[in-house]
Amino acid sequence: MWVVLLTDFFLYLLLAGVGLYVGFVLRTPHLRHAWRSVMTRRGGAVSVVALGFFAAIAILDSVHFHPRLEQPGAQVEYSNEILSVFDVLVGPLRTHVERTYSAPFAYHAHSKETRETPQGRVRVYPRLEYGGAHLENPEQERGWDITVRVLRGALLGAGVWGFLWLSAWQIRRLRGRKPRDPGEAAIPWWSVGVTALLILMLIGSVTQLAGAYHVFGTDKVGEDVLYQTLKSIRTGVLIGTLTTLIMLPFAIALGITAGYYRGWVDDVIQYIYITLNSIPGVLLIAASILSLHVYLNAHAEEYTSLAERADLRLLFLCMILGLTSWTGLCRLLRGESLKLREHEYIQAAVAFGVSGPRILLRHILPNVMHIVLITVVLDFSGLVLAEAVLSYVDIGVDPSMNSWGNMINSARLEMSREPPVWWSLTASFVFMFGLVLFANLLSDAVRDAFDPRVKR
Amino acid sequence: MSALLEVKHLRVAFGTGPDREVAVEDISFSIPKQGTFALLGESGSGKSVTALSVMRLLPEVARIESGEIRLNGQDLLELPEVQMRGIRGATIGMIFQEPMMSLNPVMTVGQQICEPLRRHRRLSRRASMARALELLDAVRVPDPRRRLYEYPHQLSGGMKQRVMIAGALAAEPELLIADEPTTALDVTIQAQVLELLHELQRDLGMAMLFITHDLAVAKSMADAVAIMQHGRIVEADSAKEFFENPRHEYSRNLFAALPDISKRGLRLHGNGSSPDEQAAQPESKASSKPLLEVEDLRVHFPIRRGVFRRVVGQVRAVDGLSFTLHEGETFALVGESGCGKTTTGKGLIRLLPVTQGKIRYRGHDLGHCSAHEMAPFRSELQIVFQDPFSSLNPRMVIGDIIAEGMQVLGSAQESGERRERIEELLRQVGLEPKHQNRYPHEFSGGQRQRIAIARALAVNPRLIVCDEPTSALDVTIQAQILNLLQDLQDQHGLTYLFITHNIAVVSWMAHRMAVMHEGRIVEQGDTVEILQNPQHEYTRTLLSAVPRL
Amino acid sequence: MIAYIIRRALYAIPILIGVNLLTFMLFFVVNSPEEVARLHLGDKYTTQEQVEAWKQEHGYDKPLLYNPEAGGLEQLTDTIFYTKSVRLFVFDFGNSDSGRNIGHDIRQRMWPSLAIAVPSLLLGLLLNATLALMLAFFRATYLDVGGVVLCVVLMSISSLFYIIGGQYLVGKLLQLVPISGYDTGFEAVKFLILPVVIGVIYGIGSGTRWYRTLFLEEISKDYVRTARAKGLSEQWVLFRHVLRNALIPILTGVVVILPLLFMGSLITESFFGIPGLGSYTIDAIQRQDFSIVRAMVFLGTVLYILGLLLTDISYTLADPRIRLR
Repeated sequence: MWVVLLTDFFLYLLLAGVGLYVGFVLRTPHLRHAWRSVMTRRGGAVSVVALGFFAAIAILDSVHFHPRLEQPGAQVEYSNEILSVFDVLVGPLRTHVERTYSAPFAYHAHSKETRETPQGRVRVYPRLEYGGAHLENPEQERGWDITVRVLRGALLGAGVWGFLWLSAWQIRRLRGRKPRDPGEAAIPWWSVGVTALLILMLIGSVTQLAGAYHVFGTDKVGEDVLYQTLKSIRTGVLIGTLTTLIMLPFAIALGITAGYYRGWVDDVIQYIYITLNSIPGVLLIAASILSLHVYLNAHAEEYTSLAERADLRLLFLCMILGLTSWTGLCRLLRGESLKLREHEYIQAAVAFGVSGPRILLRHILPNVMHIVLITVVLDFSGLVLAEAVLSYVDIGVDPSMNSWGNMINSARLEMSREPPVWWSLTASFVFMFGLVLFANLLSDAVRDAFDPRVKR
Repeated sequence: MSALLEVKHLRVAFGTGPDREVAVEDISFSIPKQGTFALLGESGSGKSVTALSVMRLLPEVARIESGEIRLNGQDLLELPEVQMRGIRGATIGMIFQEPMMSLNPVMTVGQQICEPLRRHRRLSRRASMARALELLDAVRVPDPRRRLYEYPHQLSGGMKQRVMIAGALAAEPELLIADEPTTALDVTIQAQVLELLHELQRDLGMAMLFITHDLAVAKSMADAVAIMQHGRIVEADSAKEFFENPRHEYSRNLFAALPDISKRGLRLHGNGSSPDEQAAQPESKASSKPLLEVEDLRVHFPIRRGVFRRVVGQVRAVDGLSFTLHEGETFALVGESGCGKTTTGKGLIRLLPVTQGKIRYRGHDLGHCSAHEMAPFRSELQIVFQDPFSSLNPRMVIGDIIAEGMQVLGSAQESGERRERIEELLRQVGLEPKHQNRYPHEFSGGQRQRIAIARALAVNPRLIVCDEPTSALDVTIQAQILNLLQDLQDQHGLTYLFITHNIAVVSWMAHRMAVMHEGRIVEQGDTVEILQNPQHEYTRTLLSAVPRL
Repeated sequence: MIAYIIRRALYAIPILIGVNLLTFMLFFVVNSPEEVARLHLGDKYTTQEQVEAWKQEHGYDKPLLYNPEAGGLEQLTDTIFYTKSVRLFVFDFGNSDSGRNIGHDIRQRMWPSLAIAVPSLLLGLLLNATLALMLAFFRATYLDVGGVVLCVVLMSISSLFYIIGGQYLVGKLLQLVPISGYDTGFEAVKFLILPVVIGVIYGIGSGTRWYRTLFLEEISKDYVRTARAKGLSEQWVLFRHVLRNALIPILTGVVVILPLLFMGSLITESFFGIPGLGSYTIDAIQRQDFSIVRAMVFLGTVLYILGLLLTDISYTLADPRIRLR
């Protein structure tokens, strides 16, 4: 039985919006040209491919359903649990739960346990239930087994890549090559190919390994860390995108209205955003989340499942983050509109008696969209990083939700254990770093291509 | 006379690989000691690149590919950068076009003049300041002692250019490169600066490489000239010979393109039209029937100060203007920057609120009607702006730009009809119908100005305010646009309020003119009469400052 | 100038009122004191009497805006709005939900916050400006390209990683300085080194990259060409012309956050156990102590507005073109 959570709905909305935007870009020469120049930068092309991989996981993880319960009776019943398509795809990762900590690729637990044996009590490292369980003699076999699986996975990935590459090439050949405009640089297909190849080989290796080992170990309750990290991608991507989606209408409408009309309209809008802006962001978020907390506490009975409650909190967090971050964009747009309104083409429109709203829509809005786009892409990485910090302070996403912030929060004391449990932290930092780095590279490329002040 | 600077077979290119573009190709010239050499050309002809090559100050993407630049026999291109620095500012001084941008905003005038003195003459701080004071005095900056400690923004444009000159001449160079030094200045200030440069050159005995697009300015300054087109020198000669008898066709076309009182009623030579073709006499069609009467027009901007932003004063941008526009005539509003002429034009069609006064148009007072009451007159009063790059929305195709007025004002409602009208308009202004699906950036400055004219024409106006429509254009393009405006007036009986600082354009085109100064009209009447027999003191100063061929 | 400052100070009043109303709404209108009390007392088995007692003890038993039972002016003053929100305007923060005087706590805790924030800011500014100037000097070389890439990489690392990694490496493996804690007087230095160093390193990526952009923007301006045409050396051009112009946005960017330094850094202080205002705020958030959060919101707003005012004033000092009226 399919379920659409609130955040899922917004993500679908966002995807539809992106689809429309792509169509619009293809029909509009200057946008097509600018995006093409994003893709001609190596950083831009590589990060588009890599971010596509993150986005794919986030989308797969956003198609939710109640699984059907296996029952002998004729009546079909559904579990209360909510799963996503992604959970099904990575099946064993979710179900292979150990008893407690285990290191990456371990076949035994992280700490010794006391066992009763005929020789009396001994303290041993117990074998794991799933990790390396297929090995008869793990000490000798493990190294070879891992190597074989990595190579097999990499070959598989390369095979898939080769197939895709060939079919793409074939399609391109059949459709006929369009001659490139002189002046337009080539897209670095070589870099795109290598990035895709690396990602596919990585996916291949990890799928081969993940069935038999815990690639990133397990956490305190024995859950696979790789699974948690992958699930956290959705949270990160949602926070980075939904926040801007929610704030955009306000920021754009208020910003260009203030800049174009000036006078008392400007005064009122400026007052609103200076007031919001002058409250330190973290404190506003804290205050709002605390209020939400009280509210949820008082109305606990209205939210049946834990997942729905966590989802509501995520959406609310996005709204609050949007509320605190729209002021920056609003100020930028106001400033730009103030400049634009003095441009002669706007004066010419006024001379025709074109109405204010129409000028905003036809003349100002299209000419500030590059600022909006640059801000959206630029904000994404900051928001992903902010989620981790907020969750650490307990004002981020719901503690029951998978997120890098929650992973770090619950793992930060584990570094002081002897020997330290480092894998949870490392896994979340590595994935977060990957997402943020590629987002930063993309935002550099986007700014270079769209910002008229950047000299080419 | 031995040559001070010799440039031989210079070639400069921008970029590398397939994007390489040659900006200067095989240029050779020489400047004798104390001589003045003018490099003439339209925008993009490569004259500034040549000047920067001599200084080796080209932007990083540009590269000198071949050639020699010899100063006193030594090839500058072979000097190491450290020695080149010893030449910049010491043996060669340079001044630039935009005095507002070319001075460091956070350093005082004195500090900036002192720099070359301390660098090249190794003077102490005190000695260099004393010398800077002398220099400011020499470039005739009034009250130099106070100016020494002021910042650039406290000076007017002309004063800034004087300070630039003082800085460039501080170390007494043998050669001064002046890159369009007066283009950004008003004509009266231009006359003063040119006069100053003349005198300083004589007193200091230096040579000058003078770069300009203005034939008349070159004539007043140069001993020898070279004219550049597309990166090449097409003609080089002594000034006397060149101005009396230009040989190359391009040079002759430039002269023919210049508007002048002697060419009234004749077509100007743009590219593609012959100069001797007759146009209607400007005097012929103008009627004496008043179309629009302006009475005591005032546009003031409040100055707010203090805790509660109280209005403490008024900037009287337009201060009591009265004039009448007759149907079918061209009425020119002439004045220097800041005199209020653009404010008048915008106030007239209510792009700016009018403080006081009457604007009578067909029995209605437009000065104080509401936006709603103004609406029916919007189609009859249109405007064409100065800057062809900011007057078209870069995100709209040409067809939509032209159609906007028709849509809003309700003429040609049907899309087929509108399309036909757009095509007709494009043909009228000398463009092709297929251009309507393109974006503004695909067009040159002159073409954009044609589009802007088509946009204004689309709603069948009776009066068009032309706000410096040709100031940003090269002379040949200016000639085409002026011819076009003239033709359209003949065909449609349009009335123009022509706002400009360019006396030559006025003398060719306007039936009547008014001279504006500090928000008021000092003199108005028949163009030829005023030009030949100016009555007011200011008009006389203005006219005598215009360099003549 | 003085008129301008007075006007800006007056303009702060409606903003503070707005912030005050907003927080009042968040804490008392969206959620009733009743619900807050239940949250604190642990929901399920709390009796109404206990809730009432809690409300009385913390001063939440009054009406929100208007008290019809009191007489005269007290109809307005004997309310939650007056005692909890209006009193903030005279910096009377009242007591926290755990009964301590907030004003006293703030005065005590701001010093450790400053001890970390000020050195981090100054060192970071110096280091970033130096590195950025270096990249600008070597612009368009491999050093510059590599430096920018490194900056992007540094920027992409979570601040939590710098802190946890730094603590593990320096504190635990190398045992150079204590991992966390604080001491009074000069002894505090050994506790401050690590957080300051980590703070500076965390800022390098974004700071250097931003300053580099500012420098390059200035270098492309016309006055730099004039300076070169005078025969000045590249170093002189950079230090005397470019640096002075680029410092205007850099300094004013610093000035706006100067007052906020009092507030301390939430994450750093809580990780290193520094008893500053940052960890005070975090503790309050985690204990859900609304009185402290409200006080800090108000304080933060006041400091931010002060920062804006100082920014305007510093512009007039740094940039001769700007005169405030």
